[in-house]
Amino acid sequence: MSKRHVSATVNGDPAEFLCDPGVTLLDALRDELGLTGSKEGCGSGDCGACSVIVDGRLVCSCLMLAAEAQGRRIETIEGLAQGGALHPLQQKFLEHAALQCGFCTPGLLVAAKALLDVNPDPSESETRYWLAGNLCRCTGYDKVIRAVMDAAADLRQERRA
Amino acid sequence: MSQLDYLAPTSAEDAASALAAGGASARVLSGGTDLLVQLRAGRLKPGLIVDLKRIPGAIGIREEDGGFVIGAATPGALIGEHKGLERAWPGVVEATCLIGSTQVQGRASMAGNLCNASPAADSVPALIAARATCVIVGPAGRRTAPVEAVAVGPGRTSLGSGEFLLEIRLPPPPPRSADAYLRSIPRTEMDIAVVGAGVNLTLDSSGVVSDARVALGAVGPTVLVAREAGEALIGARLDEAALAGLDEAARAACAPISDKRGTAEFRTKIAGVLARRAAVIAYHRAQARA
Amino acid sequence: MSDVLDRPPAAPKLDVVGTRPIRPDGADKVTGRAAFGADFAMPGMLVGKIKRSPHAHARIVAIDTRKARALAGVKAIVTAADFPDLASEEYEGGESASNLRDISLNCMARDKVLYDGHAVAAVAATSSAIADEALALIEVTYEVLPHVIEVEAAMAPDAPLLNAKQFTEGLDSPPGRPSNIAKRNQLARGDLAAGFAAAEVIVEGRYTTAAVHQGYIEPHACVAAFGADGQCQVWSSSQGQFMVRTCCAKILGLESADIRVTPAEIGGGFGGKTTVYLEPLALALSRQSGAPVKMVMTREEVFRATGPTSGAVIYVKLGATRDGRIIAADVELKYQAGAFPGSPVGAGSMTALACYDIENFRITGWDVVTNSPKVAAYRAPGAPIAAFAVESAVDELALKLGADPIALREKNAVRDGLKAAYGPTYRNIGYVETLEAIRDHPHYQTRLGPNQGRGVAVGFWFNVGGESTAAVHVNEDGGAVVVTGNPDIGGSRVSMAMMAAEVLGLPVEKVRPIVADTAAIGFSMLTGGSRTTFATGMAVTQAAQKIVADLKRRAALTWDTAVENVEWRGGSAWYLDPAKPETKPLSLAELAAQSARTGGPLSAEVSLNAQGAGPGFAAHICDVEVDPETGHVTILRYTAAQDVGRAIHPAYVEGQIQGGVAQGGGWALNEEYVFDAEGRMENAGFLDYRVPVASDLPMIDAVIIEVANPRHPFGAKGVGEVPIVPPLAAVANAVRAAIGVRMTDLPLSPPKIRAAIDAR
Repeated sequence: MSKRHVSATVNGDPAEFLCDPGVTLLDALRDELGLTGSKEGCGSGDCGACSVIVDGRLVCSCLMLAAEAQGRRIETIEGLAQGGALHPLQQKFLEHAALQCGFCTPGLLVAAKALLDVNPDPSESETRYWLAGNLCRCTGYDKVIRAVMDAAADLRQERRA
Repeated sequence: MSQLDYLAPTSAEDAASALAAGGASARVLSGGTDLLVQLRAGRLKPGLIVDLKRIPGAIGIREEDGGFVIGAATPGALIGEHKGLERAWPGVVEATCLIGSTQVQGRASMAGNLCNASPAADSVPALIAARATCVIVGPAGRRTAPVEAVAVGPGRTSLGSGEFLLEIRLPPPPPRSADAYLRSIPRTEMDIAVVGAGVNLTLDSSGVVSDARVALGAVGPTVLVAREAGEALIGARLDEAALAGLDEAARAACAPISDKRGTAEFRTKIAGVLARRAAVIAYHRAQARA
Repeated sequence: MSDVLDRPPAAPKLDVVGTRPIRPDGADKVTGRAAFGADFAMPGMLVGKIKRSPHAHARIVAIDTRKARALAGVKAIVTAADFPDLASEEYEGGESASNLRDISLNCMARDKVLYDGHAVAAVAATSSAIADEALALIEVTYEVLPHVIEVEAAMAPDAPLLNAKQFTEGLDSPPGRPSNIAKRNQLARGDLAAGFAAAEVIVEGRYTTAAVHQGYIEPHACVAAFGADGQCQVWSSSQGQFMVRTCCAKILGLESADIRVTPAEIGGGFGGKTTVYLEPLALALSRQSGAPVKMVMTREEVFRATGPTSGAVIYVKLGATRDGRIIAADVELKYQAGAFPGSPVGAGSMTALACYDIENFRITGWDVVTNSPKVAAYRAPGAPIAAFAVESAVDELALKLGADPIALREKNAVRDGLKAAYGPTYRNIGYVETLEAIRDHPHYQTRLGPNQGRGVAVGFWFNVGGESTAAVHVNEDGGAVVVTGNPDIGGSRVSMAMMAAEVLGLPVEKVRPIVADTAAIGFSMLTGGSRTTFATGMAVTQAAQKIVADLKRRAALTWDTAVENVEWRGGSAWYLDPAKPETKPLSLAELAAQSARTGGPLSAEVSLNAQGAGPGFAAHICDVEVDPETGHVTILRYTAAQDVGRAIHPAYVEGQIQGGVAQGGGWALNEEYVFDAEGRMENAGFLDYRVPVASDLPMIDAVIIEVANPRHPFGAKGVGEVPIVPPLAAVANAVRAAIGVRMTDLPLSPPKIRAAIDAR
């Protein structure tokens, strides 16, 4: 069975790879493009560790075939920091100690970014429900939620300035 | 070596012929949030995947004669953002937006939810209560069917070889009507519904229920239309007697199983509870429209 | 968020310890750059996969791998025949005692499969798809046997036997027939019968819990390369690289010196990664194929084939006087061990009454094998189960006596100088302080609404010390590197840097911690038992102190004076001669720059076996609301007070508390292994194995109490395990208050709650 050729935009840059039809976008990101920041925690869309943003929508990359990425714009954790400068979300996660083992962190950060893109002033409840698809077993979510809301406040401040 | 091919046709007719040619080993890909899970678990080993998303109109919502046409591959996230649809059919929208996580909402479609034919599918009780229909494309052309005709058993549909859903259509909501959907899950998110209840009520000018449609999910092999449950509400203003009648009729309509998600006894009780609560929400929404 | 209630500090004010610096591995973790087990690759790497038993109990009649071997792309296949048949050998390297033969048999079944998911063969192939195909081509003939999973069923004399050569240890007289009961343990004090006879109030109950999984988000993963010269490299997501080395050496018949294990960043462990499943198989496949082999478990494999903790049945009987003195306690614990002996019932027994000063008690524990995955350590192994039962019984007692639950516990509290139920005399414990903290917390005074209830529970964990090695090296430009051998599962490496920085007098950003492989640092016991900050921290501190002593000696040399005239303060050496008050201090950077002239490199390494770990105590308050029609339980508010000795990095201490509470909450409400009639796990995925999601929990108030442990240089006690001990009962007691029914069977899923309400 011959491989498919896929061209897409990944973190703002053109990217190409070959893949078997049955391979997921997560596998292609990790194995073909070397972007191992997105993780497999479950392979069934229940944990969110593989979260990426496709054409502006938050999705689980384990639930997309790599072939479906043709022509799409994909943002992964590797694209969150700009030129070595951490995104406010990343900075707040560090300041609030919102990570312990760090495995769910890339998925959480991508999901949080997607939240703040559509809702710059989320309440605690809105934040929790938005992030319900990102499992964390270490933190109990407390510091994660604080970090996201604190980053949201910082970003609102920046926009006003 | 598993032979899996992937096609993304750009017309409905091409999709139908590809599916027909693929036969029993061909599968439709819409949002992929059920299909890829089944592929990964080895429950499905298709030879051909036909992706609907590049067919014009497969993704999108348009208004038509006061009703709505929803493309088969439209993700829940788009449905949740459509203000007109939410105003007209709040129950259908809230049901669809309950499916999975935010990530799943970015991909999961109403049509996929329907055609996966899980008895616990969240969007289906609300769609059935709303009297939604679907446009089915096949090698012989297009046909329309009511949504409740699609699923015939857990994981099985009435679709023939080469047939797939192109659109789901919602009728214009009658004046002074509104719908609501509730489900019961153990956590606050991320669970398959243990019970789901969709209620669609129409009131007359004095606030009396003139039409009521109740559909129950996860309490039978397919989503059930609980006819007597709806009838129990007609002619009253949702007083306690009407609600008690609804509760009892809803429970009587159930034919649930006991599984890892809930016992039959529990499901039956909760069906009554949710039917009540959804009816109250639908009633208040309908009153607000009067 | 957190209140830190300090004892009057005996130690001088600290500059670094107790602050909240950003962790040095943080940038890599938030950018996705950090390398976890599955992120590593080696050239020519093959994909390894495991064929697993579909039966809960069966004899392996034959395994035919010929068709699989003939498949193009298959480079190696192993079964038990490729591993030495080990003799029984106890091994203390994990978090609890284990038997190397059992570990080996668990990694690869020999003769019998003992649970659905038990490994029977493994393949290495050039692609994932080929490996899958090869697995399907391996033909295994089984003779299916009856199975048993529920613990009391497994104890029954006519139960299907997992091991015909297993005879119960620890009985008064040796048994005549084999049994699934591997061991009985007993602790006792005083005269139980007299105690109950004198009791004026008695409560009695039977409690049950289901098997639950640690639920780490990262599945097990490793890459192994067996060199042509017999030297091996293993890259592994594990809580202990030395444990991995020892297990691989024993299971494969290799020398430890020939195996170098590098710890990957680890995506959660909680005790579940204190043993091996993949590494010996990957090495065996690599040896056969001549290529490196990568093995990564799927989530389904993690659930089916890695240790959950025990499901259990517990009986508790308490006797008290009318004024609230508990004078008699009888506790019987029956724990599932899974396929091989070694449940944490011993620790459960030792911790069950650890918070209480009771004159007469008996605690009996039964370790029982069952046809389910071999149990592995899970955060305070054994203790949450015992605490669920005991704390529920104490709650019941409080209700019967009309006593406040905190006051009742204060009345019976252990204190310094008292003998613990498990033996040692308590010193420098902070238990009563945790009770006072929750008693005086605003949470406890808040009013509740309809269908709401409040529960209180306490918990204990020993915490351990053990063997650790640490090295500190000073760089030529005045910074330092701290090297330890403990994988960082919760943020510990920043605490290592902080302790070293404190001693050296450097800013913490100038002290970089790394976790080294087995060849680059001396032996360390694995990360577990809440030991890292205590024991490895002790080694780090002592190594830094050695550096400081060396720096002072070199300063004295430079100043041509006695070392007694030199003081180390604020990161510099100071000359203490009153005749020469203007002598400028020598900074660490200056001394480092001239180190070649004063004796050579500035390095120190310390290996120790840390003694004097301080046990941890906690007291929790939980508020819930119950929907009486749907049975749904919502945790509204949670406060957890814990004595941590000294919080080296308070944010990570809070994190441990919050994380343990969340796991305990999941254990109480929705997590459980569900088996079908054939003994197969029905919910082997995160869809139906329901861990708490973000919307399930409120903010968790962590109250840090510091009663210093004088045996640790900064007073620290272990933190990570105590937090999961109280929540099971805290939630259950809150539900009791909300619905008026005592729930004795976990998890408290909605169908059970609704049924309990209907039966009221």
